[in-house]
Amino acid sequence: MAGFNKVVNSYKEAMAGLVDGMTVISGGFGLCGIPENLIAEINRKGTKGLTLVSNNCGVDGFGLGVLLPNRQIKKIIASYVGENAEFERQMMSGELEVELTPQGTLAEKMRAGGAGIPAFFTATGVGTRVAEGKDERQFNGRGYILEEAITGDFAIVKAWKADTYGNLVFRKTARNFNPMAATAGKITVVEVEEIVEPGELDPDQIHIPGIYVNRLIQGSFEKRIEQRTTRPSGE
Amino acid sequence: MALSREQIAQRVAQELQDGYYVNLGIGIPTLVANFVPEGIEVMLQSENGLLGMGQFPTEDEIDADLINAGKQTVTMASGASIFDSAESFAMIRGGHVDLTVLGAFEVDVNGNIASYMIPGKLIKGMGGAMDLVAGAENIIVTMTHASKHGESKLLSNCSLPLTGKGCIQKVLTDLAFIEIKDGKFHLLERAPGVTVDDIIKLTAGELVVSENVPEMQF
Repeated sequence: MAGFNKVVNSYKEAMAGLVDGMTVISGGFGLCGIPENLIAEINRKGTKGLTLVSNNCGVDGFGLGVLLPNRQIKKIIASYVGENAEFERQMMSGELEVELTPQGTLAEKMRAGGAGIPAFFTATGVGTRVAEGKDERQFNGRGYILEEAITGDFAIVKAWKADTYGNLVFRKTARNFNPMAATAGKITVVEVEEIVEPGELDPDQIHIPGIYVNRLIQGSFEKRIEQRTTRPSGE
Repeated sequence: MALSREQIAQRVAQELQDGYYVNLGIGIPTLVANFVPEGIEVMLQSENGLLGMGQFPTEDEIDADLINAGKQTVTMASGASIFDSAESFAMIRGGHVDLTVLGAFEVDVNGNIASYMIPGKLIKGMGGAMDLVAGAENIIVTMTHASKHGESKLLSNCSLPLTGKGCIQKVLTDLAFIEIKDGKFHLLERAPGVTVDDIIKLTAGELVVSENVPEMQF
């Protein structure tokens, strides 16, 4: 690794240093834009006791769902977890700790974490279970709760394209949580479909600057679709 | 006759105005997109990061990188934009979405809504619903008036964990269009062929009924 070149050559190298008990933030929404090969590497390593921060937890056998059967996840912070039978079993039996967090609050927690803001006030969740144990304050006559930022020992991210310096471009709704996740990791690892030379990406079109990125790897992706909905052609 | 899912969506669609940015939840709300009145342009916001959601793709157009908040493959309408989840909820929380339509298990006379979990039974999470109800000024809740067992979903007090407190003003059920204000339900319209008595029987919370309650027009 020289200068600003963030490229690593193996998934093993990409996830080096991840040990039991760490917090990992993952990008992705459902199965869209998930760092599927980095997740598979965590599974291969067998790291345990992880706290996962991700909007969802994959499905049985794919995405973050692959980390469930051998109990690699101790706790998950997510907004929606309904697509996964093993998840439900572990949650109901108490083997897995789940902190349900509103989707916008989760995104903002990551953004704040990456931006050096320790906490923020939001009206989301006031008067609900989400507000329990949290400071509440009035601003302009309305109640808001104090939500704390999240940072991770690792962040795992899927982008579409990068240059070797780690400047990132995302594609369509595969962007979702990935940009915020990228900013919130002590070590941010990004996998992409294509790596180009510095200068080949238009600086105006870069979604996340390379300053947030520590390791970069090019992979190939299954991109499994969760709900395949179509209309007949010719309409 | 109680309204069908499509008719509920159709009645909601009458509330759309030209130039509205609209967020539609999963289920009946999604169907509203099929009934946008002629001559009116709306743009659909999908909270996973898409403003200007189009119709479902043809088999050839399917793109795994382009889905809606229900994780369904979609397309982009002309003039669409893409953004990250923080930006998406900045527009929701910041009150920039003109109309939000979402489902619920229960609502009550104080405008509370419960829609995300049934303790011990169904724990899937709130997704973006808590942000949507906290951030939007203009919300329509769509749901059936009562459960299959005839238990009212319009209550004095929600019994399930809340998604939001004091944030709902309009509810469209298969029987009625109801406004919530001053700690009471107010019957605005009834479904064609449904009597005021039918509605009173299935509304557990206090319901204010005026002398003449019009039928919904389609």
